[in-house]
Amino acid sequence: MMMIFGVPLAVFMGQLMLGLINGAFYALLSLGLAVIFGLLKIVNFAHGAMYMLGAFATLLGMRYLGINYWAALLLAPLVVGLFGMVIERLMLRRIGHLDHLYGLLLTFGLALIFEGTLVNFFGVSGARYPTPEALQGGFQTGFMFLPVYRAWVLLAALVVCLGTWFIIERTRLGAYLRAGTENPALMQSFGVNVPLLITLTYGFGVALAAFAGVLAAPLYPVSPTMGSNLLIVVFAVVVIGGMGSILGAILTGLGMGLIEGLTKVYYPEAANTVIFLVMILVLMLRPAGLFGKEA
Amino acid sequence: MTFIKKTLASSIAIAAATALAATTAQAEISDGEVRIGYLADMSGTYRDLAGPGGLEALRMAVEDFGGSVNGAPIEIFSADDRNSADVGANTVREWVDTRNVDMVAGMVASSVTIAVTNVLKENDKLGIVSGSAASSITNEHCSPNHIHWVYDTYPLANGTAWAVVQQGGDTWFMLTADYAFGHALEGDVTRVVEESGGEVVGGVRHPFPTDDFSSYILQAQGSGAKVIGLANAGADTVNAINTASQFGVVEAGQQLAGLLVFLNDVHAMGLETTQGLLLTTGWYWDMDEEARAWAERYYERMERMPTMVQAGVYSSTMHYLQAVEATGSDDTATVRKYMMEQPINDFFARNGRLREDGRMVHDMYLAQVKSPADSTGEWDLYEILATIPAEEAYRPLSESQCNLVQN
Repeated sequence: MMMIFGVPLAVFMGQLMLGLINGAFYALLSLGLAVIFGLLKIVNFAHGAMYMLGAFATLLGMRYLGINYWAALLLAPLVVGLFGMVIERLMLRRIGHLDHLYGLLLTFGLALIFEGTLVNFFGVSGARYPTPEALQGGFQTGFMFLPVYRAWVLLAALVVCLGTWFIIERTRLGAYLRAGTENPALMQSFGVNVPLLITLTYGFGVALAAFAGVLAAPLYPVSPTMGSNLLIVVFAVVVIGGMGSILGAILTGLGMGLIEGLTKVYYPEAANTVIFLVMILVLMLRPAGLFGKEA
Repeated sequence: MTFIKKTLASSIAIAAATALAATTAQAEISDGEVRIGYLADMSGTYRDLAGPGGLEALRMAVEDFGGSVNGAPIEIFSADDRNSADVGANTVREWVDTRNVDMVAGMVASSVTIAVTNVLKENDKLGIVSGSAASSITNEHCSPNHIHWVYDTYPLANGTAWAVVQQGGDTWFMLTADYAFGHALEGDVTRVVEESGGEVVGGVRHPFPTDDFSSYILQAQGSGAKVIGLANAGADTVNAINTASQFGVVEAGQQLAGLLVFLNDVHAMGLETTQGLLLTTGWYWDMDEEARAWAERYYERMERMPTMVQAGVYSSTMHYLQAVEATGSDDTATVRKYMMEQPINDFFARNGRLREDGRMVHDMYLAQVKSPADSTGEWDLYEILATIPAEEAYRPLSESQCNLVQN
């Protein structure tokens, strides 16, 4: 059997695959954060909570309204996205002119409130969401048993990530968005409704988190704390990629998933910290992040 | 001369009076109140196995006792330790300094418990540990100031690991939570597996807590071991079992051994995922009439069936309050001595006895998770396969490293 640093090739390849799948989650979540920060300059600490709400919307939708997985894939991001827009309209807008720190504190507080409320009702053990029928089972690749659902997560996440990048960087709508945040007064004078654009953007970023939540529901127990565990890692990913860089968020997300996956093979004790080590290194050598523009 | 005699005589009299005062003070309830602090993870990974449910069980015990001991009211307060040793130890220090706490109940994460028991020892207060698992709590970390009530890693390994090896599962891969409890359980399991003629062929220590077990499950699959031993607890065990089911571990011929599985874990995962799992438990709500009667009273208040930890909080608090009543004192040494002298037989503990190392030994049970077809209700989850007698279940005193034990 071929070995790579003392690990059989098959195990090594399997770990790379899993790393990539985890990376897809990081990419989806950090993409939403990057869109919100890049265009709105809001450090959205409620992002993990939105991801959690997406998973809960999926679970409760199935339990009480009979909404299946495929419908939830559309509806949950929509509902959570609308909820995000209400928050933007009623709260975030009012502190838009203040320092970033206030937005950070507000969204962090909101996250704690959502989390605490749900802990009160559902506890923390988490509930199981069944894997949809069409995506059950798995196939034996040359090197590992790959559950169909995980392959689907990777595919769906990549499509959504690239789609988002395309819309923002390559379409007219994206151009409006970028211009609207660069110079709102000028855009307004061209007749573009900038406040609406901002609300929609926040809603979209939040919807991306909720979409990741739907994808996560059959994989991990749906529990109120599922978001906060992930959020700090995702922030590290955004910092490594460069705050606000769309492509940076996607590529760094996938890359960090891979690095974390390899750490789990060679030194599992450090699996939870390796991303932060990378973050420290990047901040020392390239403070603007790997894909950020030097200020 | 007379002057010296007089002074001497009077100082002896004063010393005697002081000594007498000290003894009478000991036979009293301090501040005229019995104060019990409940410390547990109220919001994190271990919330559902103890948490608010354990606090409710404590309240039930106090209510059933009548709310006071020999006329002294019983006061309860509680705090969330957030699974942090620092937070736990500081909370208890504050309880000692500002509220003169008499007994600390609950205590879940072993790392928190070990930190808290040091504070209790420094301040001569009593702790009754119901939630923690590490057997080291009454071994190298034993003290005259705490008692370990419900279970520990020694019988968990003795029961489950022994039974699995007997069934032919003789090569093991260990998935271990990387902190005091996981290490203790891993050590106890390795010993039992090897003594029963099996072998531990590999293992991985994962960070606590971990959401994503796919990588570790893949490593366990690659090891070729017949059994994957889960030396973790709470949400970690739930995640590991779920992930194993997604990766077709059992279908591929490997067996899972959950070494510390609580009722709420099985309930959360569902029988479809967990059926056939062997586990060791200190108590099960449906194991007999007495247990059922208590569990149903609990259910009316919490709308969940109690875990062994929650039942243990009630049982240990009752035994404590009886000791305070009988001795008329809430002094740690007095109460603990009386608790040791009384055999313990209630809805929770059978053939129970408190040993000098602080370990409460009682019958333990080997259980198997029912299949969905065999289960008759939401909480009908276990079948009890065997009773492990109290004296065989726990680490014998002859092997103890506790300095309270004369070896």
